[in-house]
Amino acid sequence: MSRRISPVIPGFGLTLGYTLVYLSLLVLIPLGAMFVHASQLSWAEFWAVISAPRVLAALKLSFGTALAAALLNGVIGILLAWVLVRYTFPGRKLIDAMIDLPFALPTAVAGIALTALYAPAGPVGQLAGEFGLKIAYTPLGIALALTFVTLPFVVRTLQPVLADIPREVEEAAACLGASPWQTFRHVLLPALLPAWLTGFALAFARGIGEYGSVIFIAGNMPGKTEILPLLIMVKLDQYDYTGATSIGVLMLVVSFALLLPLNLLQRRIATP
Amino acid sequence: MSIRRFALAALAGLSLSATAQAQTLLLNVSYDPTRELYKEYNAAFNKHWQAEGNDPVTVQQSHGGSGKQARAVIDGLKADVVTLALAGDIDELYRLGKLIPEDWQSRLPQASTPYTSTIVFLVRKGNPKGIKDWGDLVKPGVEVITPNPKTSGGARWNLLAAWAWAQQKYGSEDKAKAFVEQLYKQVPVLDTGARGSTITFVNNNIGDVLLAWENEAFLALKEQGGENFEIVVPSLSILAEPPVAVVDRNVDKKGTREVATAYLNYLYSEEGQRIAAKNFYRPRNEKVAAEFAKQFPRLELVTIDKDFGGWKAAQPKFFNDGGVFDQIYKVK
Repeated sequence: MSRRISPVIPGFGLTLGYTLVYLSLLVLIPLGAMFVHASQLSWAEFWAVISAPRVLAALKLSFGTALAAALLNGVIGILLAWVLVRYTFPGRKLIDAMIDLPFALPTAVAGIALTALYAPAGPVGQLAGEFGLKIAYTPLGIALALTFVTLPFVVRTLQPVLADIPREVEEAAACLGASPWQTFRHVLLPALLPAWLTGFALAFARGIGEYGSVIFIAGNMPGKTEILPLLIMVKLDQYDYTGATSIGVLMLVVSFALLLPLNLLQRRIATP
Repeated sequence: MSIRRFALAALAGLSLSATAQAQTLLLNVSYDPTRELYKEYNAAFNKHWQAEGNDPVTVQQSHGGSGKQARAVIDGLKADVVTLALAGDIDELYRLGKLIPEDWQSRLPQASTPYTSTIVFLVRKGNPKGIKDWGDLVKPGVEVITPNPKTSGGARWNLLAAWAWAQQKYGSEDKAKAFVEQLYKQVPVLDTGARGSTITFVNNNIGDVLLAWENEAFLALKEQGGENFEIVVPSLSILAEPPVAVVDRNVDKKGTREVATAYLNYLYSEEGQRIAAKNFYRPRNEKVAAEFAKQFPRLELVTIDKDFGGWKAAQPKFFNDGGVFDQIYKVK
């Protein structure tokens, strides 16, 4: 007993108990209730709900646009984090604070503002229209809204990691004859990759479930621009609680199946 | 120490709010466009209620999509009265929650519908596409804005009105369906609610014609000063009947049945009817209707009960999974 090093937060039993209760109340019980509710359907009925053409079209759209948004933010996010960490310039703090705005803004407000801007009659939408490009009320508009909403994830996960890599590492690489690309590819990227994957996964997961900002810009045409969370709302409006939970379960399972490998991959890279 | 002080403060706050609640509190759970109507009506009712020698009554209002509001009440929101967009949503209070008796609609006059509305067209100033009736909506190049009937009560009335016109005009269900299908082909955006569609049409400048509640159309005109839009009244439309009901289970628990019933009954009084008419709802009272005759154009109106067999028949046929709306938007 006396030989054990006492940890900062005392009482493993207490803290673990607290963790479990906390997670149960917030995550496990609500999600479990969803599975229980969906289990009122037989397999055949459940399958009929989730294999309907409209559900499949929405599934493809939701995951596709969320993936596109996460990838775009993954690339641009590295750049933003790099600029904000590695350079000092006037207004840096201000721009840094702006990164969090998409989180603070009510998503519906973001959706309405984006729609007003990118609708065919809006300032940007008009310009895009001259090039024959339609943004609002197309999957492109959905991806745009998701990109806006998930912007902070990659930037915020990369920033501390980047700040922790001393400049000297880059200098050492250069001294040893590495080209800038080699330095990036072999020195910086391996250090950044685990955090980047985390940010990417967070952005992706958030994008799949996003409702408020998308619903205004999507156009909501069945089979074309109808996202999965909207289908859940549609089922609820028919008082079809089991149908709604079935789609919820479907989203959960597919998301989990995609996020789990990402998580494992991130772990493998982080602990070589 | 600080915790004890906090507890004392909380207790003091509780007793304060307890004295404040000596007056009666009612919760009216309603749908989206009735905000202005009930704001005015609540004040009038409070005056009337006190004049009859009662304690003052404060009516809290809650607004949102009709279906969403019904679900909130079923899930435990302690509404004393509900005033929703369609009877189908109040039916669910009986079916899923057993909060009211099955025959709730026969407890108040006129199938518990103290005011009505209808579906009209809002077009851009000067009516550049020359839209006069339902048939003009399917002319090539006309873009129609209406919300998604799956998520919007108002949009359900829209679809049924279009259906009723086409059925009368072409004489068969198949042709009515073909007409409605063509109509929805000309819809570029399906918003989830009536207000969303109004924003799309008015603020984002999408589409040539907005299918709207008459009261929403008047309100849009009032707020825009009538400079950019005008109302077109079709030859035939549907009598939209947004009903009201006391939520029995809740009022019995809270002991507010008397005041809640009086609250709904007063909607039928001349003053209540006048307030409804001022807020662009068609009054039921004939005397008040005559006063506002100029405001509400006469048109042929079909009804949900006579022409569609009530919501119990119309909802599954048109709007539930596999219904007419789903058939229109069949995803290949």
